[in-house]
Amino acid sequence: MKFWIPAICILVLGVALPLAPINEYVFYAGYVVLTFVVMATAWNILGGYAGYVNFGPPAFFGIGSYAAVVLFKSMNAPLAVQIAGAALMGGLLGLGVGVLTLRLRGIFFAIATVAITFILETLMTNWRYVGGATGLQLLRPPVELYESYTRMLFAVMAGMSVGAVAIARYIQTSWLGRGLRSLRDSEEAAEASGVPTLKLKLFACAVSGALMGAAGAPMPMYLSFIEPPSTFNLSYTVGSLGGAIIGGAGHWAGPIVGAILLGTLQQIVTVTVSGEMNVLVVGVLLVVFVVAAPEGILGLARKIIRR
Amino acid sequence: MFSLDLLLEALVFGVLLGCFYAAVSIGLSVSFGLLDVPNVAHPAIMVLGSYATWVLAARTGLDPLLAGVLIMPVFFVFGVLVYRFYYETFERRGSEAGVRGLAFFFGLAFIVEVGLILAFGVDQRSVEAAYIGRSFSFGDYRIPMRMIVAFAVALVLTFGLSIFLRSTFVGRAIKAVAQDEPALRLMGANPVRIKQWAFGIATGVSALAGAMLIIVSPVEPAMDRLYIGRTFCVVVLAGLGSMTGTLAAGLILGVVESVVLMQFGASWAPAVAFGLLLVVLGIRPQGLFGR
Amino acid sequence: MSSILKIVDVSKTFGGFTALSNVSLEIAQGERFGLIGPNGSGKTTLINCVSGALRNEAGTIEFDGEDVTRLPAYQRTRRGIARSFQVPRPFHSMTVAENLAVPLEYIAHKGSLHLGDTHAEALELLRQMRLGDKADTPSRNLSQVELRKLELARAMAARPRLLISDEAMAGLSGSEVEEVLEILFQLNSRGITIIMIEHIMQAVMRFSQRVVCLDAGRIICEGAPAEIVKNPEVQRAYLGA
Repeated sequence: MKFWIPAICILVLGVALPLAPINEYVFYAGYVVLTFVVMATAWNILGGYAGYVNFGPPAFFGIGSYAAVVLFKSMNAPLAVQIAGAALMGGLLGLGVGVLTLRLRGIFFAIATVAITFILETLMTNWRYVGGATGLQLLRPPVELYESYTRMLFAVMAGMSVGAVAIARYIQTSWLGRGLRSLRDSEEAAEASGVPTLKLKLFACAVSGALMGAAGAPMPMYLSFIEPPSTFNLSYTVGSLGGAIIGGAGHWAGPIVGAILLGTLQQIVTVTVSGEMNVLVVGVLLVVFVVAAPEGILGLARKIIRR
Repeated sequence: MFSLDLLLEALVFGVLLGCFYAAVSIGLSVSFGLLDVPNVAHPAIMVLGSYATWVLAARTGLDPLLAGVLIMPVFFVFGVLVYRFYYETFERRGSEAGVRGLAFFFGLAFIVEVGLILAFGVDQRSVEAAYIGRSFSFGDYRIPMRMIVAFAVALVLTFGLSIFLRSTFVGRAIKAVAQDEPALRLMGANPVRIKQWAFGIATGVSALAGAMLIIVSPVEPAMDRLYIGRTFCVVVLAGLGSMTGTLAAGLILGVVESVVLMQFGASWAPAVAFGLLLVVLGIRPQGLFGR
Repeated sequence: MSSILKIVDVSKTFGGFTALSNVSLEIAQGERFGLIGPNGSGKTTLINCVSGALRNEAGTIEFDGEDVTRLPAYQRTRRGIARSFQVPRPFHSMTVAENLAVPLEYIAHKGSLHLGDTHAEALELLRQMRLGDKADTPSRNLSQVELRKLELARAMAARPRLLISDEAMAGLSGSEVEEVLEILFQLNSRGITIIMIEHIMQAVMRFSQRVVCLDAGRIICEGAPAEIVKNPEVQRAYLGA
């Protein structure tokens, strides 16, 4: 209950805020930050809880975006269906990569995720139906209830964020989370304690992939455009990994802190200096935290509170 | 329809390319294959080597290959320091370090790539030399001279390193530490020192590989991502810890990629390495000659 | 005798190295069984093959009449084979009680929709292992002997019918060895078959009803403790020819 009351409040806020006469830019930027909240939370389910590093968030995000585009273009599917289809594709991709590599050591899974990112981007670049290398323009359908499509997407993403965090929290605090943590701590001992390690890893990978796919679904509508380079962008990797690790992997609240911090940082640095500098700053922060504060900001906060 | 002539040309090019890929991967074969360090920053450091070569060659007018050789000691030291840091921060602490070690090298690769963009921009850079831009003609076939130079250097590098590992004391110590660290410790050798020299050598070799890279084609900062696929494909296909396997695996990749390039064009060729990597991981993860 | 574990012609190689060579053993229900042999003789490898941590290339492993050779480790644990690890492997990010919650939730209470509070059961197990007061301690703060006891407690949480104790007493003091030995005797008196791997000879001799000695991957002799100790082959294996 301690979780659900603030969660529902945030959800209501997220849905109601776009109705207020606030500057459009808030929702434009806020959408991106919320996307990273979902991505980092999703990454954390496999990376933080189970200890398997996914270097391919763009692949899952991208397959979600392109699935949404295909559904929209082929049958004018409403956003909800696009999101569902995207989540399904993301989940299947997670399952696929998992079946291929989760039996092996963690680094092979990590490299495989790099591989599918590259392969998917190559495939989409060569697929003319979705625009190929030059991309595809998309016409937004008319929006109801909200003043603009962007505002509606903000509300949708707010709902998705609350949903993703709720899922992550449930997994973490349940027997599923304990099983994932046990296999992260010692896979051999986990198996010897009756934990079906491969099945759990596949489950975490599929859920993580599905959430990332869902996060990718509204993006084509947000931009009214889709193209491979910006869809399969490295910033999603950095945002997911960085958000989770800097915020505090292993706990559902960490990615929220990390994503909001990095999202805000991104706005400030990109506007005042440059996009590349922002990416460099995040990279440095990531290394600093991994070396000096492995439990992230949450961990640091816990240490300070204990004193 | 296949043209036999084109196929033959693709095969020859593939062999040259493959040898180059082997040389480019051999540093990873040592650092990941033998030392078990999750060095995903290997290609990024190699691209850094390419840029260092470019800067040195442009400033001094030196031949790029020579420039590459000159920067090797610098990279050797850099490698030693990186390993030392990695060992103290992660390897000592045990299994929990898995995620952190990977994230560390990813962050490092990232910093290198973006650092290069900030320093040099996203444009492609290339070097000039007598052998760049000219080709050998064998009857109807034309083979770019720079590929032959790269091929020669690659062969020397691969065999040189192989012989070094087999015949010198340090080399054999490196192979020993990969196989049985506790035994080595009992014999009085310090495994950490040996591993740090090995990592340093791997990084130094990457510098020369970077020089070869910029000789073979123009470079840009984002190339490290493409080469993650190629180097890991070679190392995994070879089988962790196998030096001779690296050459065989490199040749296989080179030929396959070259044939795909000929048949399907340049937009598909880069994905070959990644695709082959996934296939190997799925069917035979221990590779051709793996332990 | 009704055998609970049948190891038939098991071989295991690592690359060029043969760790186990045609090992065959039969262990009776409720037996106290000792497995000895010099370092590197293949004891832990054999245990790993039985528990499923490793797959043997040849031979079969039958548990309670069922061929488990192809089963993954977690399924063997669910069928009743539990083992402790030679070098303790606690779930270091969890407290002692949480360490036990894992096998309790995944084996004992598996299939029950309401997984409920396993805490009470965990506390009871810890009490039996004399670890009751450490329930909420992070497992990485435990001493060596406490870690060994946690290993056993975690194995017991799996409600095994066969418990394999892999050098649980190594490096312990005399009184600590007594403590662990007493726990093992108690468990056996409840009907649990126990395989003990140890180097501490007096513990093995006191505990075991039957002993087998391994050397270089082969069984070199089998019999009552008193005979084994006097066997010249065994002495040669330990002291070197």
